[in-house]
Amino acid sequence: MARLAATPSAEELAAGIGRGDRRALARAITHVERDDALGRALLAALYPRTGHAHTIGVTGSGGVGKSTLVGRLAAEQRRRGRSVGIVAVDPSSPFSHGALLGDRIRMQDLTADPGVFLRSMASRGHLGGLAESASGVVDVLDAAGYDVVIVETVGAGQDEVEVASATQSTVLVTNPSAGDEIQSMKAGLMEVAQLLVVNKADLAGADSAVQQLLSLLVLAGSRAWEPPVLKVVARSGEGVAELVDRIDEHQRHVRDSEHAGAERRALVRAQLLSLATAALSRRALAEARRSSALDALVEEVAARRRDPRAAADALLAGLAPAAGG
Amino acid sequence: MTEESTAQEQGAEERRIRVLIAKPGLDGHDRGAKVVARALRDAGMEVIYTGIRQTPQMIAEAALQEDVDVIGLSILSGAHLELFPRVIEALRERDIGPDEVLLFCGGIIPHEDGEAVRELGFRGVFGPGTDTRDIAAFIREQLPTLPARAG
Repeated sequence: MARLAATPSAEELAAGIGRGDRRALARAITHVERDDALGRALLAALYPRTGHAHTIGVTGSGGVGKSTLVGRLAAEQRRRGRSVGIVAVDPSSPFSHGALLGDRIRMQDLTADPGVFLRSMASRGHLGGLAESASGVVDVLDAAGYDVVIVETVGAGQDEVEVASATQSTVLVTNPSAGDEIQSMKAGLMEVAQLLVVNKADLAGADSAVQQLLSLLVLAGSRAWEPPVLKVVARSGEGVAELVDRIDEHQRHVRDSEHAGAERRALVRAQLLSLATAALSRRALAEARRSSALDALVEEVAARRRDPRAAADALLAGLAPAAGG
Repeated sequence: MTEESTAQEQGAEERRIRVLIAKPGLDGHDRGAKVVARALRDAGMEVIYTGIRQTPQMIAEAALQEDVDVIGLSILSGAHLELFPRVIEALRERDIGPDEVLLFCGGIIPHEDGEAVRELGFRGVFGPGTDTRDIAAFIREQLPTLPARAG
């Protein structure tokens, strides 16, 4: 393994990744996460090499056992002879923008395995949005040749859910004690998940949680892929092999379905629009902050002479040409 | 209010310092490590905490995969002069040298061992009673002076 240059070029990093150099891979992820010029050049170089990995999203509220489950999922994938990349997203502090990333604690056994690459990622401070940064990191791991790439996020906000739903197979994890939470999932998470898991299924209430999920699925109507509801005990590993079986089944469904091409295009379309939206709003915000009109409009709205929506329209009207160029 | 939102806007564009906090060896008390991890998070850094009972290989591999700028080792067992060189060696095996990653340590490290630990490449040695703000300040001050990062 050649020593990494202090400031490696995109070509050097891409070549390193091609050789299986983990140091180059780690550095490449840093740049892609930062969305800097090198990161962008890397993604451009690496994207044609993507498409090999099966991508899996794992989401759910804090404390349902996602990290433990992801560790077990990865171990089961390894038993099946597949290499595994993991992107574990943890929330940043809204105050300091720092983050405490603790997913490695529950995945210690994986650290010694050369067939696993685990990267922790903080949820905030991404210029292009978390979902875009995370999908870039997934692309890098895919291009590096990992057979399976798992993305773990706390399903606490729209942004985090989008991250998981940008994968091919999204697993929603819940708990026997999460009855009210399951009720509140009606409008949202249920639609983005292809597999539903009741973790800690050795606790009382597991069967009723399964029933609740099944009845919500009935309400959602019939689809080409019916999301299975599975009971798992991540701590002991019970039910994990079956979960991987069903994930594999979903993967075959995605790849072999007559709609596979259309689904891929729908996913890409959503991603392009989301990237364009993020870029536009960044540009517009930067312009708006520089605009001399902003202070005057703030005064008008503060004094209630103008309503905020009309003021926002007025602000944008002044920026329109800049936003296009 | 304005000040705060400006800080946030800038914060989004600033490069985050990534720190690995790890506990080598067999002692099972990680209160100190966690206090430091939280303090550095509150100072705006991204802190990866690995948990207790890490082998030198696990620590080096985590540092590699996470592409950290800083590694902080916490040890209470007294085995620092045995374990720290093995961590350095495991990092070298991965081509990670003390010229590009800032190393510091804390826990119970007797005063007379300070010199030996510094010679291994640990630029900071923080014992019990350290003000955690001093550790954050140490990182911000020392990181830009690493040979592989200067300029």
